[in-house]
Amino acid sequence: MNFKLKDIVPQLITVFAVVLVFGFFTYNAQINMENRGIDFGYGFLSQESSFDVQFSLIEYDGSHSYFRAYLVGLLNTILVSVIGIIIATILGVIVGIARLSPNYLINKFAAFYVEFFRNIPLLLQIFFWYFAALRALPLPQDAEAMFGVFFLTIKGLYVPAFIWQNFNIFLYSVIAAIIAIIVIRAHAKKVQENQGKQIPVFLISIGLIFILPLLSFLIGGVRLSFEVPVLKQLATTSFIYEGGVSLPPELIALTLSLSLYTATFIAECVRAGIQGVGKGQKEAAASIGLTPNQVLKLVIMPQALRIIIPPTTNQYLNLTKNSSLAAAIAYPDLVLVFAGTALMQTGKAIEIVSITMFTYLTLSISISILMNWYNKKIAIQEK
Amino acid sequence: MSNINFLKPDRTNLNTFLYLGSFLFFISILDVFLNSFFRLNLTGFLPNFLSFLLPIVLGFVGLYFIRIEYSGIKNLDLLNKHINTNNFNAVLSLLIIFIIIKSLPPILSWFVIDASFAGDTKDVCTGSGACWTYIKVWMRRFMYGMYPNAEQWRINLSFVALVLLGSVGYFATDKFKKYLTLYYVVIYPLIAFLFIFFFISGGPIFFDFSYGIIAAILSVIIGFFIPSKFKFYYFLIVPLALYVILKYFLFFEEYIELGKLDGLNWVETGAWGGLSLTFIISFFCLIFCFPIGMAFALGRRSEFPLIRYISVGFIEFWRGVPLITVLFMSAVMFPMFLPEDFFIDKLVRAIIAISLFEAAYVAEVIRGGLQALPRGQYEAAKSLGMGYWKMHIFVILPQALKLVIPGIANTFLALVKDTPLIFVVGLLEIVGMLNLAKTNPKWLGFAMEGYVFAAIIFWIICYAMSKYSYNLEQKYKTDR
Repeated sequence: MNFKLKDIVPQLITVFAVVLVFGFFTYNAQINMENRGIDFGYGFLSQESSFDVQFSLIEYDGSHSYFRAYLVGLLNTILVSVIGIIIATILGVIVGIARLSPNYLINKFAAFYVEFFRNIPLLLQIFFWYFAALRALPLPQDAEAMFGVFFLTIKGLYVPAFIWQNFNIFLYSVIAAIIAIIVIRAHAKKVQENQGKQIPVFLISIGLIFILPLLSFLIGGVRLSFEVPVLKQLATTSFIYEGGVSLPPELIALTLSLSLYTATFIAECVRAGIQGVGKGQKEAAASIGLTPNQVLKLVIMPQALRIIIPPTTNQYLNLTKNSSLAAAIAYPDLVLVFAGTALMQTGKAIEIVSITMFTYLTLSISISILMNWYNKKIAIQEK
Repeated sequence: MSNINFLKPDRTNLNTFLYLGSFLFFISILDVFLNSFFRLNLTGFLPNFLSFLLPIVLGFVGLYFIRIEYSGIKNLDLLNKHINTNNFNAVLSLLIIFIIIKSLPPILSWFVIDASFAGDTKDVCTGSGACWTYIKVWMRRFMYGMYPNAEQWRINLSFVALVLLGSVGYFATDKFKKYLTLYYVVIYPLIAFLFIFFFISGGPIFFDFSYGIIAAILSVIIGFFIPSKFKFYYFLIVPLALYVILKYFLFFEEYIELGKLDGLNWVETGAWGGLSLTFIISFFCLIFCFPIGMAFALGRRSEFPLIRYISVGFIEFWRGVPLITVLFMSAVMFPMFLPEDFFIDKLVRAIIAISLFEAAYVAEVIRGGLQALPRGQYEAAKSLGMGYWKMHIFVILPQALKLVIPGIANTFLALVKDTPLIFVVGLLEIVGMLNLAKTNPKWLGFAMEGYVFAAIIFWIICYAMSKYSYNLEQKYKTDR
């Protein structure tokens, strides 16, 4: 009996303390809300929002509901995270490999990059790009075209818009190409394991991803034309570009700083991963006659990936969470649109902050579940 | 075949290739150098695009010619080994050399040559370079925020005193070494707390709070000398009694007036700012997040399921949300959760929020260390008859913490880099002050200088911290 009591008492005390704290908070919240005449509820989500958002992926204006404003913010957050993750991964892998280069200059250059960018607060970098670097860009009327079609101005980057005909057929062709590549890869792996033959998967994949969409142009009736942005004069000194797609400077500054910052951490993960593969593995692979490319592809990378992926996942999560710093430069992400503007208008502090936090929690947990699944898939299968 | 052999450098005609290669390499570097430093274009007679590509082609051929294996010349071999192993590496090396040469003149001229240092108005900044005058004029604001100029010696004095007190560990003789942990964990934070919240703020509002802290610390210190038989009862009664004695018998209201340190003006925390605020916040969060994180790390590995679930929930919650929403919560949501007449200063709220947030990360790092310890350590400690606390304090934690020094250092680094986010609750540390100064109508257009200045400061702090943690890691490395 005594033994059991010893087990239960600490737990009871902890739970009691937690319940006490939460109870205290809810009790106060109730009283405070009663005093201020606010009632708790999520009904405001369907009310008309009556504020505008300057950059939105879906159709939105003041007549839409708060819930749609929330979606706008969420989509903007996801957009910036996805672009950031892609750029950061590419850059991080290149820098990580460069840090292991036998070339002294490349090695030091990569090290300099890593040490430089990761020791400066991200918020400072965002401010730097947005308030200092991008403000030095030319006005729309002075901007010179890059490759004749891109215009980088103080008001953002203007790129040509794609105008598709029969876009769905093109999409199907890309999906078909991807499925075909997956099937071929699986087949190649099987052939390699059973017969030891190598099929040039990479070349075939590249071919497929180009040829199938090309076929869709030739046979499927897909047409693509570009709408190039054109300078238009509004007033004597005020110019804008019309047509094409415009990326606001906030988005550029944010993706740039997020990816430059996160790439340093990914580079360190990649370096640690490749260094973590024993030297003997390389030597053994070379001694059975594999070419350097084969050594990298078949021996080093599969083992290094196991070390690289868990910390890199963490960095992806960090990037997603750091994208909330967008609020500081008025990029309309979830925090700015929802926890900023919507909160100011409705005053529903508890509801809105809790929805925002819950959204980020869901995003984080879903990324980590996805990555855990992938990690498990490539983990060593012990027999 | 002989033609190819002629082009392939080897030792037999070493000198020919060496001189030819070095000459070409030198020419290519010279071309870029003159181009970038003196705006001279040696190859101006060529068409534009050739003139642009020529240095890299020349340099590439030059490097190809001097790539002679085992030439017997020590420097040449070193050069080849480090920057000239194959064609690809040669091109990359050349590109990097050219980028450095190209980017040096504009950077130098912006930083030093064309920059203005003198004067104290905007008018002196006419050159194309940086306007360091701006930084000079605003220096006090960047360092101390809105803290009154006349009172800034209080911050300086506090920081100097705290640095001196903090360095005690280096001078302690062996006799006192064993008390150092106690000093750093308990006494030093208290002194720092008193300094910052009484000397810098100059107000009495935290006094009541401090009685509690003094009572707790005194009772812990005395507790070391109490026989373990009575310890339980001792801790049940004495802290409370001490608190009552301190508050109602020792310190009367007159002492509180004295506590204002006659002549010190009250400076509200809203006026604090600049780099000193960065230090204050980092320091307190660092002190608070460590024990909280340790508690949750132990909780997550506890054998009691309820405690474990609560710890997991806490850790995963804080790790899943961005700090900016946590600060939002502390700014707009937290006051709703408190009794109406209960007011917590926004600096304290920010410190609590950041501490809880970072504590979750510290907890995960420490848990990693705990998991990395072999089971044998736990079993050995248990077999010696140690209880849970004894086992952890004397056997497990010292080893686990040693293992996780780099992880902890990274978390602390992240903490320092996260401090600018407190702009959300309306506190302006150095980055916030920069944004404020930038919008001053008298000093428009110097955003770049400000951010570069802050970046240099943060870079120095963070780089020094990471190097220090690396040294610690090397120092405490124990082979198993």
